[in-house]
Amino acid sequence: MNELVSGVLNGNPRSVARLITHAENQSEKTSELMKQIHPHTGKAQIIGITGVMGSGKSTLICELTRKYREQGKKVGIIAIDPTSPFSGGALLGDRVRMMELAMDKDVFIRSMGTRGMLGGLTSAVYDVVEILDASKKDVIIIETVGVGQAEVDVVKIADTTIVVVVPGLGDSIQTIKAGVMEIADIFVVNKADNPKVEQTVAEIQSLVDISCFDSKRKIPIVETIAKQGKGIDEMVSEIEKHREHLGETKTFEIQRRLRYEAELVEIIKKQLMSLIFDEEKLKKKIDKLIDKIYSKEIDPYTASEEIIGKILK
Amino acid sequence: MNKKIRVLVAKPGLDGHDRGAKIVARALRDAGMEVIYTGLHQTAEMIVETSIQEDVDVIGLSLLSGAHMTLFIDVANLLKKNGIEDVLVVGGGIIPEQDIPKLKKAGIAGVFGPGTPCDEIVEFIKKNVKR
Repeated sequence: MNELVSGVLNGNPRSVARLITHAENQSEKTSELMKQIHPHTGKAQIIGITGVMGSGKSTLICELTRKYREQGKKVGIIAIDPTSPFSGGALLGDRVRMMELAMDKDVFIRSMGTRGMLGGLTSAVYDVVEILDASKKDVIIIETVGVGQAEVDVVKIADTTIVVVVPGLGDSIQTIKAGVMEIADIFVVNKADNPKVEQTVAEIQSLVDISCFDSKRKIPIVETIAKQGKGIDEMVSEIEKHREHLGETKTFEIQRRLRYEAELVEIIKKQLMSLIFDEEKLKKKIDKLIDKIYSKEIDPYTASEEIIGKILK
Repeated sequence: MNKKIRVLVAKPGLDGHDRGAKIVARALRDAGMEVIYTGLHQTAEMIVETSIQEDVDVIGLSLLSGAHMTLFIDVANLLKKNGIEDVLVVGGGIIPEQDIPKLKKAGIAGVFGPGTPCDEIVEFIKKNVKR
């Protein structure tokens, strides 16, 4: 077995970190290494946390992790922040709120940039979940970027998706109603010491009451004050209840199949892209096609068909 | 292959002045790097542990309290102790001229004082990054 892979299976943080880098960079070794990881996955519980910017996601994750550590569970955290579409750089600052976890050997935190992927995640996130799972983390928490409306991809990968809302943002719920409000398995209203909390909870309640995705289960709304550690016990118990619910209703299997589907599509996309863009010849071909498109000799659809035809042959 | 330079920007010790660190972090981001910022009051152990988990190529230390001879060198020694040799360590802040040779000897590859143009730091990192 590869040394890096056996390091990951033994939970060695340096091996875990290095393999994540391979996955992020899509290095040549990635697919070979990830093939060896997959058989050792499937045990970890995966929790996705999403919500608007500044809603306290990182602080909540810190508190949540503390609870899981009290239960003796090992925790992996994937904290995603946006990559600048202009420079390609990123400022990853979620660790600032998780400082007290830095020295716990059974907590592994990785900060990641979105690197051009839309949807609130980063394309390597599927690999990173598998790597942390194989390194015997019991719980994996994914923090998405601060979301607006369409960043709902986390629902494909997490067993339990938590949407964090804060009171007093005026029409906050109105603005995120469309995509994000539909993906919650649990709502958390953080910063519940704000006097507008009642109104916010009532607004969410009215949304929950008219939703009919799953008639067997009512979506809970948990009030928290993450900074003071309030409401975290209730949050943990709602996550546990949802996990039991998944097991009882066979939704768990559906959920995992959804994740593998999303992962597979992502891999196919990446491999097709690398075939198109890494091969020198194809690059030249593309330049020629652009010339032709520019001069109206052909249209972009025909050009695309020409390239894809080349790969599939 | 889609390699990006990953940099940990850290403030060791008891020093709340993070404006310089944040400006450098921003400049590195604008140069296309991924910058992990951890906040204030880090111990050498926290910085090294974070650098391992985040698998960074560079550690940038910022200190204005005068304790750089202890804390910068602690970080460099702890990296050596962990067998980490492929991470570039640089530092900045209020650092007297005469300390610079000693810091370099200890393994702080670049030292940047007040007034250093950000481009100079970016160029130094790009040129000296070890992997």
